[in-house]
Amino acid sequence: MNFPADLKYSKSHEWVKMEGDVAVIGITDFAQDALGDVVFINLPSEGDTAEAGSAFGDVESVKAVSDLVSPVSGEIVEVNEELADAPETLNTDPYGAWIIKVSGITETEELLDAAAYEAFCAEEA
Amino acid sequence: MKLIFEKSVPGRGTTMLGKCDVEAVALPAELCRQEAPALPEISETDLSRHYTELCQKVHGVNCGFYPLGSCTMKYNPRIDEEIAALPGFTAVHPLAPKETVEGCYEALDTAKKYLCEVTGMDDMTFQPAAGAHGEFTGVLLIKQYHESRGESHRNKIIVPDSAHGTNPATAAMCGYEIVNIPSAPNGCVDLEALKAVLGNDTAGLMLTNPNTVGIFDENILEITRLVHEAGGQCYYDGANLNAVMGAVRPGDMGFDCIHMNLHKTFATPHGGGGPGAGAVGCKGHLAAFLPSSALMDNDGRLQVRSFAGNFLVVIKALTYVMTLGAEGIKEASANAVLNANYLMRKIQGTFEPAFDRICMHEFVLDLSEFKKRTGVSALDVAKSLIDHGMHPPTMYFPLIVHEALMLEPTETESRETLDWAAEIFRKLYALAETDPEYMHNAPHNAAIARPDEVRAARTPILRYTK
Repeated sequence: MNFPADLKYSKSHEWVKMEGDVAVIGITDFAQDALGDVVFINLPSEGDTAEAGSAFGDVESVKAVSDLVSPVSGEIVEVNEELADAPETLNTDPYGAWIIKVSGITETEELLDAAAYEAFCAEEA
Repeated sequence: MKLIFEKSVPGRGTTMLGKCDVEAVALPAELCRQEAPALPEISETDLSRHYTELCQKVHGVNCGFYPLGSCTMKYNPRIDEEIAALPGFTAVHPLAPKETVEGCYEALDTAKKYLCEVTGMDDMTFQPAAGAHGEFTGVLLIKQYHESRGESHRNKIIVPDSAHGTNPATAAMCGYEIVNIPSAPNGCVDLEALKAVLGNDTAGLMLTNPNTVGIFDENILEITRLVHEAGGQCYYDGANLNAVMGAVRPGDMGFDCIHMNLHKTFATPHGGGGPGAGAVGCKGHLAAFLPSSALMDNDGRLQVRSFAGNFLVVIKALTYVMTLGAEGIKEASANAVLNANYLMRKIQGTFEPAFDRICMHEFVLDLSEFKKRTGVSALDVAKSLIDHGMHPPTMYFPLIVHEALMLEPTETESRETLDWAAEIFRKLYALAETDPEYMHNAPHNAAIARPDEVRAARTPILRYTK
């Protein structure tokens, strides 16, 4: 299980990487492992509003459908449309397969650093 | 094995269809297709063998143990099939004059009377084709009820996080906003969480009781009281009715509306591969909104399906109820609960139940610790069971339990079968310690081992092309 040190993590298993004042968001290695093979992703549109703690989309795996929960509030300025055709990238490269980019951030959930998130996952597993 | 289309030889045929004894009538040219349809041409012998071969590749309730949680794969008594095959039920047409099919009406009325008695409801429709359709119909009743009272501002349906996926899907299809509430640590409804979301925008609550982890919610009277107090209606998902028939009635728990899967709780597990029947029952105050349920009622009410729904499934359910009687129905449920508890305790000590307490008709094993230790997942265990001639249990459901296996043995399994099943679970538990690799690659003896579920979900091939 991989927990890159330069990322922040939410308890709903999304990762956040700050690029200037833009938050890049994806799902963690732990999340993709728990989900199993992802077969579909329901993406938001550019210009949509993301709300901290609320779903901005969902992923469907061979096991279940799960909400994608935004760790921040702001405007979705970019969406990784490539995932629509290749949702399996979420499994093969969870930290490369970013899902949305959010700017104009007004609120951020309490996020964990890599060590704290790893401990959280160990407890959760 | 070859597809039936691949077995086709031009010009070959069967004698199964008799000579047409009515005069041929030509359709107008614009209604005719340009090319003949690609129907297989095959001899009767090959046709018979084709279906027998398919049949042998399938594991049904008649082949062996089938503890598929939440599905109630009970044995389908032969008498139900025999009665439903009587010409008086099969050789009739829904448009036949009423006076020529009075027996069918009587059978439907009798089924309604008995099933209302089992569920504590006042009225019922047999129109919905299966469970999800029943849910949809039931929630529309609730919606119509609120609208009739000028309360169409009630736009939220509350669903616990342990619910069947169809519940929120149904509410969404009916135009409702879904409010998800978390379960309490014991897997039941968290009363405080419920209170927090109830309000004058509450249209209703959808609940299964016993719930999806096989636990009867002891607060049920308080739950339905709170929902009613807020002005909402209570919807009972009858998926787990097999646990409580004859012991407690959804109507007495405070529910206003229910659906039953006649095709599982009342014989014909999952339609026996054929159609289902999602009967919807309701209390008197919702009855005015039921779809027209008689064969040819011209009373202006709308229908959710043509005629009387899947009539023969209702006949099978009626036969089932009449064969067992009031005492037998109760005994069936009691034995379903007993069998589940017996199997759970027999397996315990290896795979552990997610909730260590008396269960109802099904129970959930939590394999997350086991997986952490051995690397063998719930999927691997499920696949390994196939090699032992057992249908795997429901996997990865409910979502509130990680690495879940959900078993529902039903009342129709003997003690010997349950002992045999428990022994296989214990064997696999031990095997995971010594040879996890073997389990990662299971099944080893099945016609199909691990189909590519990702490709099947993403690029399914739904029709044959040459």
